[in-house]
Amino acid sequence: METIQGSEPQLRVPGKPYVVTPLDYPAVLIAAKDYQQVSDQIADIPLVHPRKREWLAGFSIACLLLLMFMVAVGYLLYRGVGIWGINIPVAWGFAITNFVWWIGIGHAGTFISAILLLLLQKWRTTINRFTEAMTLFAVICAGMFPLLHLGRPWVFYWLLPYPDTMALWPQFRSPLVWDVFAVSTYFTVSLLFWYLGIVPDLATVRDKARTKWRRIFYGLGALGWRGSAVHWQNHQSAYLLLAGLATPLVLSVHSVVSFDFAVAQLPGWHSTIFPPYFVAGAIYSGFAMVLNLVIPIRRLYGFQNLITERTLNNMACVMLATGWMVTYGYIMEAFMAWYSGEPFDRAMMWDRAFGAYGWVFWLLMTVNVFIPQLLWSRWVRTHPVPLFFVALSVNVGMWLERFVIVVQSLHHDFVPSSWRMYFPTKWDWMTLFGSIGLFLTLLFLFIRYLPMISISESRELIAQRKEGRL
Amino acid sequence: MIVEPRTAPPEFPSEAPTAEEEKTLYGLMAEFEEHDQLLEAARRAYAAGYRRMDAFSPFPIEELAEALGRDYTPVPLITLLGGMAGGLGGYFMEWYSMARLYPFNIGGRPHNSWPNFIPITFELTILIASLSAFVAVLVLNRLPRLNHPVFNVPEFRRASIDRFFLCIEMQDPKFDREDTWRFLESLEPISVAEVWDE
Repeated sequence: METIQGSEPQLRVPGKPYVVTPLDYPAVLIAAKDYQQVSDQIADIPLVHPRKREWLAGFSIACLLLLMFMVAVGYLLYRGVGIWGINIPVAWGFAITNFVWWIGIGHAGTFISAILLLLLQKWRTTINRFTEAMTLFAVICAGMFPLLHLGRPWVFYWLLPYPDTMALWPQFRSPLVWDVFAVSTYFTVSLLFWYLGIVPDLATVRDKARTKWRRIFYGLGALGWRGSAVHWQNHQSAYLLLAGLATPLVLSVHSVVSFDFAVAQLPGWHSTIFPPYFVAGAIYSGFAMVLNLVIPIRRLYGFQNLITERTLNNMACVMLATGWMVTYGYIMEAFMAWYSGEPFDRAMMWDRAFGAYGWVFWLLMTVNVFIPQLLWSRWVRTHPVPLFFVALSVNVGMWLERFVIVVQSLHHDFVPSSWRMYFPTKWDWMTLFGSIGLFLTLLFLFIRYLPMISISESRELIAQRKEGRL
Repeated sequence: MIVEPRTAPPEFPSEAPTAEEEKTLYGLMAEFEEHDQLLEAARRAYAAGYRRMDAFSPFPIEELAEALGRDYTPVPLITLLGGMAGGLGGYFMEWYSMARLYPFNIGGRPHNSWPNFIPITFELTILIASLSAFVAVLVLNRLPRLNHPVFNVPEFRRASIDRFFLCIEMQDPKFDREDTWRFLESLEPISVAEVWDE
C-alpha cells in the first residue's frame, strides 16, 4: 500500500505493517492511486453493482423488517396507541425513546460533514457522504415516532403554523412545538447539504454510465453539472455556509429535544445539564452507528484504501471523548440529585439504580461506560472487528439510556399512588426493530444506487497529496 | 511537458460540418492533465486579455475562478439576507399569533414572552438561510441545464473524472479562431478542440 502523509512526519516502526505518525497512530489518510482510479472505484458501485449476493441478502433482511414495521404501524393506525404498553404515568414509552435514539444517531452525520469540515479535518472526506445519508435516514425514522405517538397521526399538520379555519395556532411556548421546527429544519438542511455535495458526483456517474436510462437517471440528478470554475466557486461558498449553518443547528436540535424533558417538572428530567449531555450522547451514539455501518461496508466493497485505519482510529477517539462527556452527565445527575437535598430527586435516583428498573441502569452502565473503555487500547481502535462490537455496545447503551430517562423517570414521580410499571408489548418491539428495517432499507438503496463516498472531495485529497499538502 | 497534440493542427478554417447553418462555433477548448496546469493556463489567458471563458475541473480548485477574473460570489450575501428574513419572519409569526391573533395566558407569562420564542426564531433563521444558499447556487449557476455546448466535445466526458479544461468562448471580443487556437496550443495542453453549439 502506498503511503501518504505529506506534511506530517511518517515513521516506519518494526513489527507494524503501516506507517505511523510521531504519536504512533496509523498515518495513511487516503491510499487511492489517482483521480481515475478513485472515480472508478466509487462510481462503479452504482453502475456495476458488485457484491450482488451480499447486497441482496442484506436488502432482503432489511425489507422483511420494513414489512414488520408496516404491519405494526398499520395495526397502530387501526387500533390506536393502546396496542403499546403505554399508560399513565408512563405515557411516552418506546415511541419517545426511539425518537430520541434515532435523532441522536443522525447527529454524527452532521458533526462529521459540517463541524469537522470547519475544523479542517481531512479524514472526514471519505466518510461524510455516507454519514450524511445516515443522518437523513435516521431523521426519517426519528420523525415518524412522535407522529405515530400522536394518537391521530393523520392530523399531524395541526402541529404546523398555518391560518386554519379553527383560528388556532400551535403553542409556540411549548418545547414540543420547538421540536417540530427543530426536526423539520434539521431534515431540510441535512438534505440540502447532502444533495449539494452529491451533485458533482452524480455528474461523474452520469459521464461513466453506458446505458440510456442510467444516463437519464443520473443526468437528471446531476442537474447538468459540468464542473465550471464559476459553478464551483458558488458551490463551495454555499457548501461552507451550509456547514456553518448546520453546526449551530446540530447542537440546537438535540438541545431542543432535551428541553422536552428538562422543561418538565419531573425528577430525573428537570435538569440544566440536559442540553449538553444530550448533544454529547447524540454524537456518541452517532459515531457508534457510523462505525457499525462503515466497518462492514468498507470490507464488503474494498474501501480500505479510502477509509483507512486512521479514519477508524479517529472515530474511535471521538467516541471515547464523547463517551466520557456522557459519563460525566451520569455522574452529575447522581451528584445533583444528592446535593440538591430534594427528597423526590434523591428517591428517583435511588430508584433508578436499585429500583424495579435497576437492572436496566446497570446494563446501561456496563455497555455504555465500562465496555467503551476498551477504546483506550490502540489495538481495539485500529482493528475493525473489536471496534465493531464496542460500537454495537454503545448503540445498545444509548438506547438504554433513553429508555431509563423516559420510562424510569416517568414511572416513579412524586406521588406513590401514581407509580406504575411499564411493560412493552410485542407491538412496541416490532415498531422498534421495524424502524431499523426502514433505516436499513433506505441505506441499502443508497449504497446500491448512489455514490456513497464523495468522489470530488477524494480527488481533492489526492491533489493535495500531489502537492505535498496532506 | 511537451505533448503531441491529439487534434491535428489547423487546416484553418477547419473542415466545416456538413450542416453548417445549424451549427455555430461556441468556442475553443484546451484539455489539461493536471489542475495546476489549468490554473496557470487560466492566468495566462486572462493576462492575454481573454475575458469570456470558463474552466472545468472534476473538483474545486482554489483561486481558479479568481484567475478567470471572477473574484466575487453573491452567495454569502444572499444567505445573510435569507437568514435575516427567516429570523425576523419567524419571530413576527410567533408574536403575531401569540400576542395578537390568539392571545392566551400560559402560566402567567406575558403574551410576548420572547425567551420562549427564541428556539423557533433560531431554527427558522437557519432554515431560510440554508434554503437561500441552495437556491442561490442553482440560480446563479443557471442550473438545472441539462444541455450545454461543451458536452458536445467527446473528451469532455472526462471533465467529471480526471481532466481539466479551459474554454475560450467565441463571444469574447478578442476571440479569433486562428489566434486563439495558437494561443491555446502555446499553453501546452493535451489537445485543443472546437466546441460546436448544435
